[in-house]
Amino acid sequence: MNRFNQLYAWLMLLPALVLLLAFTHIPALTTLWHSLFFPARGRNPSEFAGLENYRSMLDDAVFWQAFHNNLWYAIGTVPTSMALALAMALWVNSKISGRAALRLAYFTPTMLPMIAVANIWLFFYTPEIGLFNKILNSVGLTGINWLGDPNWALISLMLMTIWKESGFFMIFYLAALQSLNKDIYAAAAVENASPLYVFRRITLPLLMPTTLFVLVNAVLNAFKLVDHLFILTKGGPNNATNLLLYYIYENAFSFFDSNYAAALTLVLLILLILLAVVQFLLVERRIHYR
Amino acid sequence: MIRSTKRLLATGFTAFALSNAAYAQTELTMFYPISVGGPLTDVVDGMISDFEAQHPDIKVNAIYAGNYNDTRVKALAALNSGQPAQLSVLFSIDVHELMGIDAIVPFDEVVKTDDERAWLDSFYPALMENGIVENQVWGIPFQRSTIVMYYNKDAFRSAGLDPEQPPKSWEEMVEMGQKLTVRGSNNEVNQWGLMIPSTGYPYWMFGALAMQNDEVLMNSEGNKTYFNNPGVVEALTYWQDLSGKYAVMPQGMIEWGTLRQNFLEQKTAMMWHSTGNLTAVKDNASFDFGVAMLPENKRPGSPTGGGNFYLFKDSSEEERRAALQLVRFMTSPEQAAHWSIATGYMGVSPESYETEALKAYVADFPPAAVARDQLKYATAEFSTHESGRIRKLLDDAIQAVLNGQQSAQEALDSAQNQAQRILSRY
Repeated sequence: MNRFNQLYAWLMLLPALVLLLAFTHIPALTTLWHSLFFPARGRNPSEFAGLENYRSMLDDAVFWQAFHNNLWYAIGTVPTSMALALAMALWVNSKISGRAALRLAYFTPTMLPMIAVANIWLFFYTPEIGLFNKILNSVGLTGINWLGDPNWALISLMLMTIWKESGFFMIFYLAALQSLNKDIYAAAAVENASPLYVFRRITLPLLMPTTLFVLVNAVLNAFKLVDHLFILTKGGPNNATNLLLYYIYENAFSFFDSNYAAALTLVLLILLILLAVVQFLLVERRIHYR
Repeated sequence: MIRSTKRLLATGFTAFALSNAAYAQTELTMFYPISVGGPLTDVVDGMISDFEAQHPDIKVNAIYAGNYNDTRVKALAALNSGQPAQLSVLFSIDVHELMGIDAIVPFDEVVKTDDERAWLDSFYPALMENGIVENQVWGIPFQRSTIVMYYNKDAFRSAGLDPEQPPKSWEEMVEMGQKLTVRGSNNEVNQWGLMIPSTGYPYWMFGALAMQNDEVLMNSEGNKTYFNNPGVVEALTYWQDLSGKYAVMPQGMIEWGTLRQNFLEQKTAMMWHSTGNLTAVKDNASFDFGVAMLPENKRPGSPTGGGNFYLFKDSSEEERRAALQLVRFMTSPEQAAHWSIATGYMGVSPESYETEALKAYVADFPPAAVARDQLKYATAEFSTHESGRIRKLLDDAIQAVLNGQQSAQEALDSAQNQAQRILSRY
């Protein structure tokens, strides 16, 4: 009987396992294998490179810049969009009129495709005719070359990302808020607790599982979402907005060096695994699962 | 084997579906890019359906695939995954790379008759420069351009300049640019004198400046670059000075994609842009504008640009012949004239400018001939082995200088060193 149960369990797992192997684990391994070769050039076949691709990464200034950019990009977008998401969720969860419309308004950026959004924002950001500089000019400030100044380009990308992402994360917080137990709040009201105290001691701790989920996703997205780069900056000016995934794309499809791209992919993969582990270890201790 | 069976099946089904058609259709798939404004996919679709009407035995799936990079990626991905694609319009400068990965066949191997061989020689030689490698024709010019200078004649008039005398030299461009730069009460600029785009294809614009300073950026074998020759450094310094020292152009990057809109909204009196934008500017300008050849310093000049037809290797004899017919149709004088009028891209052969349609158009709208007249000063676009990587080195150097992060000498020295290291293998 027990044997049968075991077999039954494995059979149930089989479809998922096959998909996971075929589309995740085997490709990861072939990527590793692929990264150990030089690309074939013309009539010369591909040669074994050992760790040479990884060694050249160490001297690759653009790689390091993309790496730094990506860290700043994550630091700049993740906390802000999460805080905004929580604030918006609290706001649209309260009893106000026009709540449904407000929820929809906050969620709209998420529904639009990134490429479409980037095409619109490209014109917002244009120095001479763009919306943002017109606003700045109307209050007497000089405009900024948002995407064309290396000091501002990455910040401009972050602004758009925050606008795009926070509505998405708001949905998770909103769902979580609506499932919270009302009795605790009733008890807090009896104790005459201040709203801030209730938020700090009740709402926030109860939302921790959601926060972890959102955090992991937000960090992943900071490394995964590069669609807008294709429209807005193409990683420029002079790599000021180059991010790791975009650099991988450039290597694979613009430079035809899929082997170096494979090596970069592996580094990105390891980085993401490390980040996920750190997040789980740090946040797990502060979560109260019911 | 599996593929040919599949193809047999597919042809069988098509024949079955078209029960009134006695012949088997040859099906072609081509990808094409569009990198300038306007509803050009409709134009291509129209040309394709005209072709199909003339050749009922050939069916063409023409797939618009984004800009030049996107199209290359999509075409190569389709080939790698075994989906059929027999021809595509791809960047004229991708030829070394496409040859390197063994994806294309030269047209010389597909042409059979004397008529077809003569056709290979019917195009403007400057447009063939990027397509001919090792004495074989790999690319046939289709959507080809040079850089031209668009200028706002009304702005010239208000600045007290002669609208029929656009700048002819670098000095004149600066002088006129300064007169055309209009500042408001707080010293903010309401209209710039000039904009040269520095995103998208900065190496292309720079190719023009370098050529005007009588320098080339690479050798014809594509295994040497000359980024830090004194004349090249001087050309980049001039570009930098346009926004720095002379203040006729805004600081920082000027975006390729939004520049046309800037010109149309009269935020700049002159712009350098692809001639492929001509029709879109003509249709949308609310003011009197002109088109001129780029100014010269030591000599006039502009690189050619744009897309060529390539034939993919992985195709049957039949498909190659059908593809050749399609390419011949699309580049025939009448179609080239139609395409040129619809877009502003050049008619690719001298004969196309002899067609009634284009003759009448040029007579009525002289700017349409500027790109053609400039062809005699034109050169091949920047193309080397490992083009993508080398181009990026140059693009990054240009952007670093225009943003004031490095001097022209420093940036180009470093780009040159890195390029030589990569090219030493070839």
